[in-house]
Formats: sequence, structure tokens, C-alpha cells
Amino acid sequence: MSSISSQDIKKEFFKSKMGIAGIIILTILIATSLLTITTIPVETFQEWNNPGSWMEYPKAATPVWVNLFLIEKIPEHKILTDPKVDDFSNNEINLSSYQFNVNFEYDQFPNDFIYSYSAKYSDSPLLEMSVLRPDGMKLKLISSALPYSSTDTIHEDKIFSTDAMLKKELVLQNDKFDFNIEKLSAEEIVFSKDDTNEPLKGNYVFLIEVIEIDNKSKIVESNLIIGGKAFGIMGTDELRRDLAIGLLWGTPLALFIGLVVSIASVIMGLIYGVYSGFKGKKTDEALMRFNDVIYALPALPFLIILSVTISNSIFVMIGFLMIFGWVGIAKVSRSMSLQIKTRGYVEAASMMGQKDSKMIFKHILPQLLPYAFASVAISVPAAITTEAGLSFLGLGDPSFPTWGQILHDANTFGAAARGLWWWIVPPGVMIAITGLAFVFIGNALDSIINPKLKR
Amino acid sequence: MKKYIAKRAATMFGVLLITLLITIMLVGSNMDTILKQGVVFQVRSEITENPEIVQSFSSVQEFEGYIQDRTDERIKTLGLDEPWYSPQRVGLTMYKIILLDFGQATFLTSDVGSSDVKDIIFEKLPRTILLFTTATILISIIGIFVGALSASKIGSTVDRITSSFAIISSSFPVWWIGMLMIFLFAFTYQIFPARATPDILPSDPGYIGSLLYHMTLPLITIVMIGFGSWAYLVRNFMVGIMQEDFITAKKAIGIKQRKITYTHALKNAAPPIVTILALSLSGSLGGAIITEAVFDWPGMGRLYFEAITVMDLPVIIGATYILTVFFLVSIFIADLLYGYFDPRIRTNTE
Repeated sequence: MSSISSQDIKKEFFKSKMGIAGIIILTILIATSLLTITTIPVETFQEWNNPGSWMEYPKAATPVWVNLFLIEKIPEHKILTDPKVDDFSNNEINLSSYQFNVNFEYDQFPNDFIYSYSAKYSDSPLLEMSVLRPDGMKLKLISSALPYSSTDTIHEDKIFSTDAMLKKELVLQNDKFDFNIEKLSAEEIVFSKDDTNEPLKGNYVFLIEVIEIDNKSKIVESNLIIGGKAFGIMGTDELRRDLAIGLLWGTPLALFIGLVVSIASVIMGLIYGVYSGFKGKKTDEALMRFNDVIYALPALPFLIILSVTISNSIFVMIGFLMIFGWVGIAKVSRSMSLQIKTRGYVEAASMMGQKDSKMIFKHILPQLLPYAFASVAISVPAAITTEAGLSFLGLGDPSFPTWGQILHDANTFGAAARGLWWWIVPPGVMIAITGLAFVFIGNALDSIINPKLKR
Repeated sequence: MKKYIAKRAATMFGVLLITLLITIMLVGSNMDTILKQGVVFQVRSEITENPEIVQSFSSVQEFEGYIQDRTDERIKTLGLDEPWYSPQRVGLTMYKIILLDFGQATFLTSDVGSSDVKDIIFEKLPRTILLFTTATILISIIGIFVGALSASKIGSTVDRITSSFAIISSSFPVWWIGMLMIFLFAFTYQIFPARATPDILPSDPGYIGSLLYHMTLPLITIVMIGFGSWAYLVRNFMVGIMQEDFITAKKAIGIKQRKITYTHALKNAAPPIVTILALSLSGSLGGAIITEAVFDWPGMGRLYFEAITVMDLPVIIGATYILTVFFLVSIFIADLLYGYFDPRIRTNTE
């Protein structure tokens, strides 16, 4: 605890490779957080636990980039929203067509395909769906009349590849294939070569036509989903959630939890310890006994009981984590303040009759600042892992997608047993990287403050 | 010294009481509701088992009224009519718990089928101690040797690898590494079982062998994550000691570096190391909750987790108490060891 000026610390800090590495990682994490908060809509965050808002996504899909390493490409999950619209008018008959282009370059059949639309019409128009394949063959998929309505209505519906009518229509076209298609599912027929039942690569056009006499009707909104087994940069989980979004939102949350808990506990511990050491005698004795009591409480069991009985809100949890965080720092800063107290200038100040609070805040606390910064950095990882651990046990705040929460879900759905590595590895790596950044910074600071360890 | 021990012991006992009190405060109101429901259930089942009493009622109201009377009566004799926070009841509960009388578990049972909380806990406790004590001992042995090795060659490759491994491994959560290990060694390469609970009954002669086999994966995981920070700690203590004058003097006399490291320096680094060993033994028990949940190890940690999930309050209170006792005993031992090794602590009166 020699007095090092803040300039020296800065200079020394930027000399250490570890410190710089820590700062770089932390900067990247902060940038990610800011990017997440500003660019990703907050709704995704609030809807994290609402299964309804993830319906369009695939179940437990691998990350897309996995295909780069595979010889047999896994079909990507595609959500197509912008069809090419064409209108024809021939005397009384109005026809509007909607085309979706699907580039299919994979070695497996897709899981399914779903067309969902909302149409605005009156009377009862005819809706026809067909697919134009890369080999030139045109397959009729479905042809049905929309329910009759005398006034203008908006009708919303979905056409599934599992639809019985669709299958019947396909089986009628059996003569186009060299093999029997009766036992196959719709996507295995539509995306199959005509001589063998293997995926046919190339450009498919899904064509939807609305035909009607006199009236004009149109499809207001529509999309076509080709259900695949790969999606997004990070894949999806069992509940169809895009893991990339969860991981991204986890970053600001982890930083928030870690920093708030550690900064608050260091401040509490510092003031408590310094006051206790500075006052001495009976105050010191009493304060240190209380410190002993908190120190001896088993933290994790207590955190569990507290979160179960009181509240598992993330803010309350931060408070609980602080209760157990300040104790060690209070002990160290007490013994440090005992040393500083005996220094000449502090004694001089006390002789001059300065107030206690002024002496603590002006003469003692500034001396402890380097130690305080190091402790903040060192205690962040513990706060993050403890929160992650509690979330992992299922005791976290369900309204926030933290990394621990994602791992909890992974464990509940048996991700390890089913080989869903993209659900297990990234959240843990993120926890570790965040922890590492702070450990690096803390260690770099620590070796400057305690030069003995550096040799 | 005696005064020091007495003072520490008194503090520890105080802490124990406070912990208990806080636990009871936190779960007390729920506990009360559960106890009262238990009484109502008991009364009802007693009456329905006895058809003669049931037939003697002429109306439903009369029947319900009778049950109400009996329930109230029993609640009064059990002392449940007073609020749970009344001093007598809290005092009585605490007194019972200190004497290890935790009552009956609401849902959970031991492997044998007993629902006495004491039986359940004492069945699980040895397994937790087996796993975590073995792990801690292995960690400390490996840690001390690797630490001493890297302290004797500061700046060498060994030292750098140890230090960076220590720093990196300390920021990984053990339970996450556990998930990965299960993924790798139980499913991808099927070497170890995924669930650490042995699949044969405790009475089977092969039980111990099976238990040890199931223990391997969690043990490897805990040791792998733990020993790095131990080695780093030992290294830092040793580095401090290696700079002391007496070591320099020994070097000057011409004693071999290796002998200095493993005998003189290590001996002087012993006090803090032993103290930390005592602390980490108990610390590992607390961390057991998540680790055991991941590996499904049938110990205290998993019991605690199960009790929390189904809100089995007597088990929660009992397990918290036992965990606290272990924690406090080891802190106490660590304190004593520290005082024993470093006389300045116990004479220090500031």
C-alpha cells in the first residue's frame, strides 16, 4: 500500500498485456451491448418467454454456418415475405398472382412448408397454389375457394404442407414421377427428383393465384416458410427462440448485474471498513462482529431461500448479491485504514480538529481507490457466475433472458443428451469471456498495487 | 489462546442461531400454512377411516362442523393457534432444530423410504462429503505441487501456463463445464454415465464400485476447474516467501534450489495454505448445490435443490442448518489454525 499516483497506475496498466487484453474484451462487450440495445427491438426481449411470438422459427435448428463444414448441406429455414405481385384482367375475370422464389441447394428435404396469408375480398374467390420446379415440372398443390362473404372481409388462414387436400392433389399427379409417391410427405414429393426420391437442387417458384369474377380481391399480407434444420448465426432452441437474440440481450444484462453488484458492494465494504478502522475501539469491535456474522452465513443456500421466498426479480436479486459481496472488502479496507490512520498527515488533520467524515472521505478513502478498482474488477465475475448459477437452477427472473436462463432451458430440455451443442456452448463461453475480461483487468491492477507478485 | 478460542466459538454459535432465525423467518409463514393443512388432512382421514362416526351425522353441516371442532382442538394442543412468529413457537422450533429434530418431510423420502428429515439428510451427507472432500484433497495436492513448481521457476513456461490456466479456469462456472463434460464423455463418447446416481440399490454388494464409477466424471470436472486457482494461490504465497532474507541466505550457503523450494519455502507457506484448505472444504459443500444438480449426484446439494423445487420446508430448514454447521465448523477450524500458526492474530487486541 505505498502511495502510487493515478498517473503511474495508468502508465503501468497499459504496459501489461493482460490489462490491455481485458480492456479490449470489455470494450467489445460494451459495444455489443450498446448495439443490442439500440438496434434490436425491445419487443424481442419482452417476448422472449412468449412461445406465440416465435412460431415462424424452426425447432432446435443448428446455426447456418455449420453448412460450411458439411459435405451434405442441411436445409436452411427460410421465411419469405416479399412475393412478386402480378395482376391480370381479362374481361370479367381478375387474376392476381404472387410468386415466391426459393433457392434450394441442400442435400436433405426441408421439414415442411407453410403458406400463411390474409386476403381481402368479397364474394368467394378461388385460391390456387402451385410450384414450378427447376426441372420445368409444374405441380399443382391446392385449389380451394375462400369462404363466401357478401361484404368486404379480411380472411386469415394458413396452408400447411401436411394438409390432406394438398396431399391428395399431389397423389393425383403420381404419373409425373417414376416411383410411387403415395407414402411420402408433401415436401418429400415437391422437392424430389422425378426418377429417384432425392432432393432436387435449384430454383423453385411457389405460385399463388387468386382468381375471381367481377370483384377485385387481393392478398394483403403473406409469407412462405420453408421449414429447415438450420437457422440464424446461433441457431434456435427447443422453444423455437432465436438464440442469437438471447445471447445478445444477455450481454448488457450480465454487465449490468456484474457491475452494479460489485461497485455497490465495494463502496459499501469500503465505507464500512474504513469507518470501523478509523473509529476503532468499541465501534470497531461491534462492526467487526457484525461483519463476522455475515461472513459466516452460507451464501448460496441463503440466496436460494431468499429468491424462493421473497422475490426472484432481478433487481431484488442484485440486492441480495450485494449483501454477501461487501464483507471481504470491508475486512481488507479496515486493516488498510488502520495503517493509514497512523500516518503523519492524518494525525495532523485530526489534531487540527477536522470532522470524522471529512477525514475519511478526504484523507483515507482516496488512498484506497486503487485497491477499490481492483476489487470491483475482481468481484464482477463472481457476481455474474452466481446470478447465472441461480438462473441455472431455475430461480432467476423469468422475464429477462440471461445466459444462465438459456442454460437452464438447455438443461431442462436435455440439450446435452440430444447433442444440441449450440444451445450449451455459446452461453457458457459468453459467461467465461465476460468473467475473463474483468479478471484480466483486476489482475493487472492487482500486480501494480502489490508489486511483490509481479516478479 | 483459551480466551481467543472461547470468543471465536461464541461468535460462531451466535451466527448459527442467527442463521436459523433468519431461515425460520423466511419460510415460517409458509411452514405454518403447511402444518395446518397437515392437521386438517389428518383429522379428515381419521374420520373417513372410521365409518361409524361418518354414519352418525344427519347433515353435511354437522359433519363439517365436527371436523372444524376437532381441527381447532388439535391445532390448539399443538400450539399452532399462536402466530408462527410468536417467541414461544420460534423458540421451540429452534430448540428442536438444534437437537437435530427436523420433523417429517412433506414430500421427499430417503432411499429406504423414511420421511424423517434427519434420516434423509444423514443418508445424503456422506455422499456429498465423499465427492467433495476427495475432490478438494486432490485439488490441494495437485495445486501445491504445481504451485511450488511454478514458484521455483518464475517466468518459465510452466509458470506462465499455470498462471494463465488458473485465471482462465476460474472464470468458467463449474456446472457449465459439467454440462460440457456430460455432453462429451457421456453422450458423444460413451465412457461415463450421464447421471451420477448409481442404478443399483445400496444393499447390493457392487454398490460402492458403482458409486465410485459414477463419481468419476464429476470428480474430474471439479478437480480440473479447481486446481488452477489453488496452484496460483500457492505460487503467490511462495513467491512472497522466496523473497525473504532467510531464503536468500540459504541460497548463498549453496543449498539446492529444489530443496529450498520444497522444504523451507513450502513449510513457511503452510499456514495460509492450511487455512485456505479448511475454508475451501466447507466452501465446496455450498457450491455442491449446482454441481450436484448438473451431475445428478445423490447428495446434499441435490437434496437441497429438490427440496426447493417442491418447497419441502422441513428439509430446506434441516439442510440449511447442516450446511451452516459444516461451514461454521470449518471457519472455526481455519481461524484456530490461523491463530496457531500466526501468534500475532491471537495477541492482537486492537
